[in-house]
Amino acid sequence: MGVAVSIEQVEKRFGRLQALDGVSLQIAEGEFFGLLGPNGAGKTTLISCLAGLVRPDAGKIRVLGRDVVADYRAARRLLGVVPQELVFDPFFSVRETLRIQSGYFGIRNNDDWIDEILANLDLTSKAETNMRRLSGGMKRRVLVAQALVHKPPVIVLDEPTAGVDVELRQGLWHFVQRLNREGHTVILTTHYLEEAEALCGRIAMLKQGQVVALDTMSNLLAQFPGHTLSVALTADVALPEVLRAQATEVDGRWQFRLAGFEEIEPLLRAMREAGCVIDDMRLAQADLEDVFVGVMQGKGQRAGNENSGVAQ
Amino acid sequence: MIEFRTLLYKEVLRFWKVGFQTVAAPVLSALLYLLIFSHVLDAQVKVNGVPYAAFLIPGLVMMSLVQNAFANSSSSLIQSKITGSVVFVLLPPISYVEFFLAYVVAAMLRGLMVGLGVLVVTGFFAPLTFIAPQWILIFALLGGGILGAFGMIAGIWADKFDQLAGFQNFLIMPLTMLSGVFYSIHSLPAFWQQVSHLNPVFYMIDGFRFGFFGVSDVAPEISLMVVAMSFFVVSAATLALLRSGYKLRY
Repeated sequence: MGVAVSIEQVEKRFGRLQALDGVSLQIAEGEFFGLLGPNGAGKTTLISCLAGLVRPDAGKIRVLGRDVVADYRAARRLLGVVPQELVFDPFFSVRETLRIQSGYFGIRNNDDWIDEILANLDLTSKAETNMRRLSGGMKRRVLVAQALVHKPPVIVLDEPTAGVDVELRQGLWHFVQRLNREGHTVILTTHYLEEAEALCGRIAMLKQGQVVALDTMSNLLAQFPGHTLSVALTADVALPEVLRAQATEVDGRWQFRLAGFEEIEPLLRAMREAGCVIDDMRLAQADLEDVFVGVMQGKGQRAGNENSGVAQ
Repeated sequence: MIEFRTLLYKEVLRFWKVGFQTVAAPVLSALLYLLIFSHVLDAQVKVNGVPYAAFLIPGLVMMSLVQNAFANSSSSLIQSKITGSVVFVLLPPISYVEFFLAYVVAAMLRGLMVGLGVLVVTGFFAPLTFIAPQWILIFALLGGGILGAFGMIAGIWADKFDQLAGFQNFLIMPLTMLSGVFYSIHSLPAFWQQVSHLNPVFYMIDGFRFGFFGVSDVAPEISLMVVAMSFFVVSAATLALLRSGYKLRY
């Protein structure tokens, strides 16, 4: 597998803000790659540098070997970007929008592919509707369609499901997964960690313009092993002090992190002996959210290059 | 090439879809100017031997042409910047030269359409001659080109609609209204004649008018030189802005 996107030591400063502080990563062809981080971490700036909307102060970015600055025309033909903002041109219908976008990429007579995209995004009935008349979710679908008119080998989705209903979200992922199976590289930024966990094979986490974690999903999840026991008690007897010290209280429930199942019985026994009555009990496996919170709180180490994941 | 043609097509479609506002309205404004001024002055005034209404028409045509060329590129850019839809033209592999040409040619086309409209409707009110059509054409093209490119600079620079309105009201309007549309600058005091000679729009209108009547305040060759120079300077400045990515690519 070749390298789809190579980002080397990219830096970008906006006034006093160091938006990107030496970001390096490589994304292989055919990957479904997730870019995560809190607001202001630099995800959109990084994607904008990749798309040529922002010019980096230092560093190099290549798309399938084409430099996004020096060889911008070739690089942009290889990229399809779905922007984060819900933008549209109010003068045109959906079909006109897609025909025009095809032309911008040097493609004429693209109606067969446009029809296929429209069908896959459930937009066929809206093809002749003016953009202004579409709902927010429909406009979002058109943005996805616009990014795909030139069949780009690398697709970048910048928070595509923000404010989108469940049905569309599932339809969208179904389509994007199909494109990924057909060989398109997909780069996704999202705030929905379950989405990233379900879709992405590999993840980079950004914090204050730096890559703080970079690894496969399974390795990342393995960084925070174990389970969480979540217990709700009846109001009669409070949790003893000694157990409180081991737990965190979330929404009136006590959560215990467990390294293994053998820790469950001693906990339950201690509660029983203290006279606590369990009202509800759940056992959950660590998920990407735990990893994300752990990494953002600094429990992981900064990943300086492609090969290092989150250090233990 | 397909990239350029598509962007040009999109820019033309953009104003054509609201043609009532972008083409018909300025034609009506120019017609009102003609009706009012020629009603008041036509009987009393001749300029360079030409009846006032006839003298006024080429001025009104050129004024409408350049104002609409400016309005087209500037409003298209600022609208797409403010709504964010400018990303649709920034993401594709469109070079800055293609970008420049598409916006300027679209602005010229709107200017020429409005200018032609003004000429057709005002032509009923005064006898016009077309002594040197090649001058008419070249000044129309260059005038539209200059203001189209200038509109790009304004549209790129402005962050808000009121900044653009300031540009339009405090620069473009005075430059066009005080350029000899309504009078021969020979009727002005010496000082204001000198000031008018610093206004490139004066040369556009004077040269354009020469094409109709064969008379002008300055020789058409001099006007052509000034107008062509202005076109190259404004185009070079616009291309430099686009190349640097100023306020478009951060």
